[in-house]
Amino acid sequence: MKNLKKVLAVLVALTLVVTCFAACGGNEGKKDDTSATIKIGVSGPLTGGAAQYGNAVVNAAKLAVDEINAAGGVNGVKLELVTADDEADSGDKAVSAYNSLKDQGMQIFLGTVTSGSCLAVIDKTAADQMFQLTPSASADAVIANDNTFQICFTDSNQGVGSAQYIANNKLAEKVAVIYDSSDAYSTGIYNQFKAEAAKQGVTLVAEQSFQKDNKDFSAQINACKAAGAELVFLPIYYTEASLILQQAAAIDYAPKFFGCDGLDGLLAIEGFDTKLAEGVMLLTPFAADAEDEATQNFVKAYKAAYNNETPNQFAADAYDGIYIIAKLIEQEGITADMSAADICAKLKVAICADGFSYMGITGAGSALTWDKSGAVSKAPMAVVIKDGAYAAL
Amino acid sequence: MNKSLKTVKPYTKQSLITYVMLIAVFVVTLILRGSGNMSYMMQDLLVPLCVYAILAVSLNLTVGILGELSLGQAGFMCIGAYSGALFSNLMEEAIPEAAIRYPIALVFGGVLAAIFGILIGIPVLRLKGDYLAIVTLAFGEIIKNICASVYLGRDAEGFHVSIKSVSDMNMASDGEMLINGALGINGTPKDSSYEIAFIILLLTVVIAYNFVNSRTGRAVMSIRDNRIAAESIGINITKYKLITFGLTAFLAGVAGVIYSHNFSTLQAVKFDYNMSILVLVFVVLGGIGSIRGSVIAAVVLTLIPELLRETIGNYRMLFYAIILIGMMLITSNKNIKDKLSGIFKKNKKGEVQ
Repeated sequence: MKNLKKVLAVLVALTLVVTCFAACGGNEGKKDDTSATIKIGVSGPLTGGAAQYGNAVVNAAKLAVDEINAAGGVNGVKLELVTADDEADSGDKAVSAYNSLKDQGMQIFLGTVTSGSCLAVIDKTAADQMFQLTPSASADAVIANDNTFQICFTDSNQGVGSAQYIANNKLAEKVAVIYDSSDAYSTGIYNQFKAEAAKQGVTLVAEQSFQKDNKDFSAQINACKAAGAELVFLPIYYTEASLILQQAAAIDYAPKFFGCDGLDGLLAIEGFDTKLAEGVMLLTPFAADAEDEATQNFVKAYKAAYNNETPNQFAADAYDGIYIIAKLIEQEGITADMSAADICAKLKVAICADGFSYMGITGAGSALTWDKSGAVSKAPMAVVIKDGAYAAL
Repeated sequence: MNKSLKTVKPYTKQSLITYVMLIAVFVVTLILRGSGNMSYMMQDLLVPLCVYAILAVSLNLTVGILGELSLGQAGFMCIGAYSGALFSNLMEEAIPEAAIRYPIALVFGGVLAAIFGILIGIPVLRLKGDYLAIVTLAFGEIIKNICASVYLGRDAEGFHVSIKSVSDMNMASDGEMLINGALGINGTPKDSSYEIAFIILLLTVVIAYNFVNSRTGRAVMSIRDNRIAAESIGINITKYKLITFGLTAFLAGVAGVIYSHNFSTLQAVKFDYNMSILVLVFVVLGGIGSIRGSVIAAVVLTLIPELLRETIGNYRMLFYAIILIGMMLITSNKNIKDKLSGIFKKNKKGEVQ
């Protein structure tokens, strides 16, 4: 028995050392072939509970890269996409995902998808001077460093925007909030909303919270109902929102519902009766059934490539992200043999320079520009769900 | 078995092998890193590997030596991580020297976790087996949820706390957020390094070996093996249980401090039950009661999914699960074990069974 243990211990130690070397070897081998292409890294949750967001981003980014390469690349240089799974982790796994992209020779970073992971890597990307453009990490602190830029609008922008919209349009006197107190995105919006609501004279009659993975919202809904709320603000993701809509309908409680971009995707949930979502208002940068040609082309291409799946705003942000990077590469004459830090030095100046703007599918008809803080100029656009589709308000 | 070094006690030999092994791996990794032959991913994994190994060794004291199943490891780690990070953030100006501040933060986080461990241990350690596991699991979740909902800020008037929202704190607009609810703590000084983490891992292993081999450790093991017999010879069960539980919590808290000083952000969601179970898996697969096994299992099982990233991508967790099942079977099935040991014996020494 003792011998077995010894042998096993030696074996395990050997595997460890071998895998160490294997990892290093692979790294060096991969560094050589970066000369041909410019490598863009995407990091997001590809497995686990938030996988749909990460996969949407990766799918759309792949689509955009394929389109650009099919058209001959940027300045004749092809782009290459490398992806890593960060599991929406806020610590070592997010950093590992970023590092594995770096090991694969990433020169520009399109990531991360979720705010928690993004906060974990921003100091690393700043230390490396890696140009970072996040499609959907909306927390305000994400863009604290000078090399990080956002495509989505920030949480505070959404929280303040929602409160102002509700007040200006006199949607309701008594407002309730149901938010996820364990989620950075949800609490970020909630805090900003609460502060702005007080300024705007909107009365918050109920503030209900829940924790991740909650399925039963009857306590929260009943509290809103008992407080007589005419409007329930839902700064949460659509899976929970669909349950809240179902459970509110079950007790004949029909206030107005108002949400943020997290509610985008509500109509695509399998088995969800979209009639329940009628009249739900939300802020979103992207509507898949918008009439403009760019959106139509994107939706068509996305559906063709991915089993007829309708792209959500994560996909749209990522698609824009690749084209923004491509435009910057073209404008600055970035070549494949430049180091990540050299690229970053040029791009971080170029993206917020006067005159740079990008007309994308998530700008609601106006061109996107960036300021030095890293935030994008995007006004939250309010839509209402009408006859199973988004309609402008 | 039949042969052992004549002058050295078997137990001392075991611990010496572990120390030598650890130091050898440390030196090899340092050389690899220094010569630029280590991937970026491995470089940043070194500190988390030490953290997980410390967690596994410390949990092994409760699970392996005391024989009680605890699922609250992530909770203690969370206390250590939050208190350590908070301490460093508050003291960054008062004690600018990291060499002084960081050790204090380590001890502070560890002691606070130990206090919580003992406070919780007093009622909880009366429970046994599954009940203890469930209560410690619940405790871990409570800690995590409290940490995720606390807002703490500081302005000219002093500290402001709320467990509801930022605006309930009534803080002046120029105030500084110390704990920002679910967004956690940002901007903790990055004081952790591989060298420090390794030294603490080594210390943890030394503490663990000496604890097991001490008078207290033997008393604890006697409780594990036969509680009634232990009680009958006058061993104070509660005291020894609390000592072990407190030591486990202390070391987990220290691991938490290292963890929180290694990343720019600290969020409580990280310390969910998955983390506790992960550490328990390290302990079980490394061999319950085997300190060296805990370290090896923690390192191997943390490395596998990361190293598989670039080869099999999203299927790595599937592969990881298969490896877990395979290792469980090999380590628990007597037939397989006997066969394996037979093969190894023949191959190594040419002995015939």
